[in-house]
Amino acid sequence: MQNLTLLDGQKFQITIQRLCRQLIENHDDFSQSVLIGIQPRGIYLAKRVAEELRKILPGKSILQGDLDITFYRDDFRRRESQLVPNQTKIDFIIEGKKVIMMDDVLWTGRTIRAAMDAMQAFGRPEKVELLALVDRRYSRHIPVSADYVGIEVDSIASQKVVVSWKDTDGEDKIVLVSEAAE
Amino acid sequence: MAGLSTRHLLGIKDLNRADIELIFETADTFKSVLNRPIKKVPSLRDVTIANIFFENSTRTRLSFELAEKRLSADVVNFAASSSSVSKGETLIDTVNNILAMKVDMVVMRHPYAGAGIFLSKHVKAQIVNAGDGAHEHPTQALLDAFSIREKYGDVAGKKVVIVGDILHSRVALSNILCLKQLGAEVMVCGPTTLIPKYIGSLGVKVEHNLIKALNWCDVANMLRIQLERQDIKYFPSLREYTMLFGLNKTILDSLDKEITVMHPGPINRGVEITSDVADSKQSIILDQVENGVAIRMAVLYLLAGQTP
Repeated sequence: MQNLTLLDGQKFQITIQRLCRQLIENHDDFSQSVLIGIQPRGIYLAKRVAEELRKILPGKSILQGDLDITFYRDDFRRRESQLVPNQTKIDFIIEGKKVIMMDDVLWTGRTIRAAMDAMQAFGRPEKVELLALVDRRYSRHIPVSADYVGIEVDSIASQKVVVSWKDTDGEDKIVLVSEAAE
Repeated sequence: MAGLSTRHLLGIKDLNRADIELIFETADTFKSVLNRPIKKVPSLRDVTIANIFFENSTRTRLSFELAEKRLSADVVNFAASSSSVSKGETLIDTVNNILAMKVDMVVMRHPYAGAGIFLSKHVKAQIVNAGDGAHEHPTQALLDAFSIREKYGDVAGKKVVIVGDILHSRVALSNILCLKQLGAEVMVCGPTTLIPKYIGSLGVKVEHNLIKALNWCDVANMLRIQLERQDIKYFPSLREYTMLFGLNKTILDSLDKEITVMHPGPINRGVEITSDVADSKQSIILDQVENGVAIRMAVLYLLAGQTP
């Protein structure tokens, strides 16, 4: 197993802050916009971005929710392990709002397709955007692209991109994990 | 993540504690789905389920059908009274004919104990037991325990008394197995003739005095007298049964603590429970019905998720 750290420490924080500034460019004071993190790992990104935005825009209310996509996946009954759902927590109306969906890693794009389906149960948003901390380029199975990207990574299918978070994992880090050659 | 340890849901007997907890956690998420404006998810869109009912049912059949539809499954319904069973077709033939039309799962209620187990050994589809004779009714027990967990936060350590016709009740047996598995204390209460002789071997207490039983418990599950299964007279009259084992508001108010009242339905108002008790704030009878859909969605989802 070989691990290559792509981003950590100060640089990680700068990337998060850059994403926040880009969001503010398009969403002003967030009165008509909401952040939605995709379960299980996108919620940490959404929480972190919401936290940073609150620091930059004190006094503004930044709405942030968690969306579980388990029941909308397209690989149900097609995999060995059981798909166990996570919690969805969206305490606001997304009807007519601009939604910024967030996931830590954008890879095949299938999760995002499922998330678009899942979101419809909460109303018809005015606009949906996608923010991905890591974009694994050239690996899409469906035509999905992110509006905001932290870093772009060229990787092969057998590799994994793992994002850890200061609050939950002790350290901000993006690591590319490769299985050692046989 | 590990799934259920069983391919069919034939009885609580086949489930271990981890299975039950997995079902409850999954039901929690389905309950939140059921409280959304759009109550439907697409998970089972390529699954076809046949509801085969050889015995009458309102709640269970509707609850299963709603659960299936909320999961986007295709549903066919079959009631024995209007089918070729009355022309002499056997159970296996009936079900195999239904399966030949490409059905993936069968939800079956049958008047004979073990019908689901028998079927699971002879046909390919996954079987969910919706009640087999006086044997088991697993989804009812799961939704009862789920409702207790919802009310008290946990089932372990709670004292539950099951009152009534224990002898003929599949709800009683499944409830005992499920509650014991989750660490609750269980007592059965009823006339001596309606309590099976060796019920103590399941690790339950037996009591014949309703007031004593109610003073002991946190939750009372009041069962219906199953007159349709009684081939002989087990007690002199329904009136006498009601006097000795019926729960009314006077008894409920005289207890030292506020207990929770449950009933699996259908209620015979004025027999095992009076209207003012059934409709009181201590009763969670309608919560049980609501939870039934979430529990059945969880069971169907977890079974269907196993690769065919």
